Amino acid sequence: MIEAYLERASTYAGDIDILFSGVFWIVAVWFVAAEGVLFYFCFRYRKQEGVAAKYVTGEEKSYKKFISVPHYLILVFDIFIIAGAILVWYNIKQRLPENPDLTVGIISQQWAWTFIHPGADGELHTADDIKTIDELHLMENTTYLYELESLDVLHSFSVPVFRLKQDAIPGRKIVGWFTPTKTGEWDIQCTEICGIGHGLMPARVHIRSAYDHEQWLEENTPAEAGQALAAASNP
Amino acid sequence: MSHAHKMSFWEKYVFSTDHKMIGLQYMFTGIAMAIIGGFFVYVFRMQLAFPGISVPGYGEVTPLAYNSLVTNHGTIMIFWFAMPVLIAAFGNILIPLMIGCDDMVFPRINRLSYQIFLLSALVLVASFFVPNGGFGGAWTAYPPLSAEAAYNATPLGAPMWLIAVALEFVAFLLGGINFITTMMNARAKGMTMYKIPIVLWLIVIASILFMLSVGPLIAGAVMLLFDQLLGTHFYNPGGGGDPLLWQHLFWFFGHPEVYVVLLPAMGIVADIMAVFARKKLFGYRTILYSVFATGILSFVVWAHHQFIAGIDPRMANLFTVTTLLISIPIAELCFVYIATLYGGSITFNTPMLWAISFMVEFLIGGVTGIFLGASGADIYFHDTYFVVAHFHYTFVPIAIIGFYAGITYWFPKIFGKMLDDKLGRIHFWGTIIPFNFIFIPLFVLGTAGQHRRIFNYEYFQDLALAEFYNLRVIATVSLLVMIAFQFVFVYNFVKSLRKKEKAPKNPWNANTLEWTADSPPPHGNWPELPVVYRGPYEYSHPDRESDWWPQHEPGPDPADPDYQSPSQNPQTT
Repeated sequence: MIEAYLERASTYAGDIDILFSGVFWIVAVWFVAAEGVLFYFCFRYRKQEGVAAKYVTGEEKSYKKFISVPHYLILVFDIFIIAGAILVWYNIKQRLPENPDLTVGIISQQWAWTFIHPGADGELHTADDIKTIDELHLMENTTYLYELESLDVLHSFSVPVFRLKQDAIPGRKIVGWFTPTKTGEWDIQCTEICGIGHGLMPARVHIRSAYDHEQWLEENTPAEAGQALAAASNP
Repeated sequence: MSHAHKMSFWEKYVFSTDHKMIGLQYMFTGIAMAIIGGFFVYVFRMQLAFPGISVPGYGEVTPLAYNSLVTNHGTIMIFWFAMPVLIAAFGNILIPLMIGCDDMVFPRINRLSYQIFLLSALVLVASFFVPNGGFGGAWTAYPPLSAEAAYNATPLGAPMWLIAVALEFVAFLLGGINFITTMMNARAKGMTMYKIPIVLWLIVIASILFMLSVGPLIAGAVMLLFDQLLGTHFYNPGGGGDPLLWQHLFWFFGHPEVYVVLLPAMGIVADIMAVFARKKLFGYRTILYSVFATGILSFVVWAHHQFIAGIDPRMANLFTVTTLLISIPIAELCFVYIATLYGGSITFNTPMLWAISFMVEFLIGGVTGIFLGASGADIYFHDTYFVVAHFHYTFVPIAIIGFYAGITYWFPKIFGKMLDDKLGRIHFWGTIIPFNFIFIPLFVLGTAGQHRRIFNYEYFQDLALAEFYNLRVIATVSLLVMIAFQFVFVYNFVKSLRKKEKAPKNPWNANTLEWTADSPPPHGNWPELPVVYRGPYEYSHPDRESDWWPQHEPGPDPADPDYQSPSQNPQTT
């Protein structure tokens, strides 16, 4: 149902959408049933001349079952929802992929995002890293780890098309993952209030095919880093 | 015991120790604060629908002001409207009247409680007028943003906000002590535990939950105040502190707090439903035990507010389980309420319309909470408008519908006049219909990924689409309609108060004790305290000719195991 409003651009976006739809239909059945019975009772037992109300204490076995059976059914449905929720959660938040392709650094501060991309060497924290402000450049079908940090207050890194959200905490480095699956350009949001400029922290994620991403890398590798690398590879 | 003596204006209205007057003081202060909170929501909803306009009556909304408006809207509506009106006002007015005693057991503590509450409200209101305005770090006040003026830009607003909240907690601790002690110790002769009206049980359980949960937060608030003013580092990671500590302390209180305001509203609804369906509550004990279970579980669900806050991801699994488990007693309560209508003879007057609409709307709030309690789905929905719409579908039924249900039901007792039922219905439909048109669009916006506390969505390309603006405009226009219809209530309220005709003692033919006192009850409530013979919900008993059986009327108790039905025992008829 979420996909009707927002594209899916990560491997796990579909999982969250399916979990949402699953919970939606379970909940919808209960909701419609409860509201239906409520409205039916309101209509059926409206005050009518000469009709007295029944005397029911709710302790009678014959009536009690109408409460206790749904009660146990809810427990059963809860177990399904818990299982689904934990499976999706485990995949996105609790485990990390065994062989990630690349790592990006994400630094949040009042009120901007700094993204650090590995350069041509594919390693983060080397001379050819590419730093950008408010733009994250990713390659399609590549598994990324992210290292999320904050320089001042809490922020939250949210990419709706990935269905991903993670708070950034000053003093900690939080590691997570995503795999973009679609080329395009979408919003990145800060979803934790962070002061006056909280509404002025929009960023964009640019997802490109491998070929286009190489081009971007070449165009944006810092000049001195490029020379240093060239010197290193030609002793 | 009689309190009848001539009192000066100050004695009677300002420094009163009479529980009814203190209840009214709480109620009118709460309503005044709700008007402020309502004005704030008007201003920021206008800004969201029509970004950049000069809002009539306010002016242009800056980002700093926007943050302060949303923060204080939330703070006011929960701490200065829902709590004072539902717990303090109804608790104060109803507890002595429904258990059949002349006043609270600690009338002076009661007076002190209101005075501190008033002070807290004044401190909060004053904080809007200091340089840079009121605090704008959200009602959850997460540090480091809330801890340092360099980050939040409100050097005076932030500590004043915190002091106001802390004072408010002190007021409610004092009030809560009073409620619990009074209900446990001052009940009329014959009123055993299972003969107490559900609304009182729920107010007292709410007070107990509040007392048990607020301690850690008060400690946390003092630490935050020290961080703000004395330069300590409890929440500053640079100095060895931890910002997540506050989140745990806040939500350890914050989640039980949801039930603290929910329970009194559910209690009010239970009493009204029984009276106007002419039915005994379906399973008095089931309600009571479900509420106990909810109360206990509410202490172990708090981290579902923090799934993506950087807590250990394994912990989320535990809290998903407890959060979904709490759906069971809450669903049970909803079932019991619906079952109470079964076989009834339902009169749809204003209080009953409010009570039924509470169930209708609260169910939406309840079921949408499941999406957020399921950790996997919460990754996407956290801090979106889906959350905003969800908790408004719980808090609006609680605070607004619950308040209107209670006030329209007990108005004859409190003020001694009848409210106009026709105006009441106009006000009801004029409130309920726009309410749904405000928040259903917000569910859609949240599902589309719109995040919270953003003063202008024009900066977000994916959210600045025309169809989303249409939804924002629908929500804002509906809000204006809803606010406009509140004037019908004010008109009805004033007009009814000025009516010459007095309300009868017991206009609804209700069983509970408050309806045996004069309307309005004098200081001391009864010349002679009533005695209780049976439970509060003996409506439509087959052995009675009338469809009600007041608690104070001498005679047998049908819940008594030795009770003999006259129909089975023809000699006694």
